[in-house]
Amino acid sequence: MQDAETERKRRQRKRSVAIAWILAVLVVLFFIVTIVRLGGNVLNGPG
Amino acid sequence: MSEVTVQAIPEKLDVALGGDVADYVALLKPRVMFLVVFTALVGLVAAPGTMHPVLAIAALICIAVGAGASGALNMWYDADIDARMARTAARPVPQGAVTPQEALTFGSVLAGFSVICLGLMANWVAAGLLAFTIAFYVFVYTMWLKRATPQNIVIGGAAGALPPMIGWAAATGTVSLESFVLFLIIFMWTPPHFWALALIRARDYERAGVPMLPVTHGADETRRQILIYSLILAPLGMVPSVMGFGGMLYTVVASILGAFFVVFAVDCYRTREGEAADRAAKHLFAYSVLYLFVLFAALLVEQGFGIGGGGLPLSWAL
Repeated sequence: MQDAETERKRRQRKRSVAIAWILAVLVVLFFIVTIVRLGGNVLNGPG
Repeated sequence: MSEVTVQAIPEKLDVALGGDVADYVALLKPRVMFLVVFTALVGLVAAPGTMHPVLAIAALICIAVGAGASGALNMWYDADIDARMARTAARPVPQGAVTPQEALTFGSVLAGFSVICLGLMANWVAAGLLAFTIAFYVFVYTMWLKRATPQNIVIGGAAGALPPMIGWAAATGTVSLESFVLFLIIFMWTPPHFWALALIRARDYERAGVPMLPVTHGADETRRQILIYSLILAPLGMVPSVMGFGGMLYTVVASILGAFFVVFAVDCYRTREGEAADRAAKHLFAYSVLYLFVLFAALLVEQGFGIGGGGLPLSWAL
């Protein structure tokens, strides 16, 4: 019974870590894609 | 009398444990994803103009995730069939590692996410094509054709053939005759590829109640159809050369690959008895994978290094 609970927690932790990694990669990807799509204009600043 | 060997189905896991990360990865059908990404990459690279490498990579990731979503939704709907077939019994849903509801949610979220991201990162023509591909694979092939007709993989093959067009659309914002030719090559390649597998796995499909051609029309008719499609595929593989976007390397590679495809198909057609027949079908199946990979790799190398197209012996014929 305790083994099953340990295994359930282990799997849940692995899924959580995987989701965290995916979210982190997405944040970086969206950031880079935004910069690329803005092109040179991003360096010009406002005004 | 030959004995039917069925792969042992692993003991069902307690659903309450929840699936492991590997189970969710398996839902995405990684091998299919690889082929989808590869053919989409060829479409993207072969397209005229340039695309920023970062945007190209982002587009390919979206296409890969869309393909994975299709796989997950397919496994959700086909869990009953998968459980009855030796080749698929160990998949996460029939095993009980992932519930059908989890597979459905996982696939649906990824499908929506991939389409929206492709639209935002590349363009909405490519996103529309990706949405169409996923919908066609899930609603037309999986839910309807697969269980209804032996032409299931012929018509359903359109979904697997679309990635080069999606890649092309991601780079150019439109579709063209060239990308349609790449679509046609994969479309014509699909029947001999899957029917070669179906010849080997006919009993599996019969047990699962899937009306594959060898089950409904017999092995001989399947071999005849394989040969017909192979005879169409071989010259079709040369069309990029005729149109001028396949160069000398592609022309040579496509000629040799096409000729050997016909040789393997003829061998499969003529060898109809015993283990030799199974072996001929296995050889054709394995060769068909190599065929598509090398054919598209030739195009990728040419276009990637800028040595393709233009002055081909056949290009001025049009």
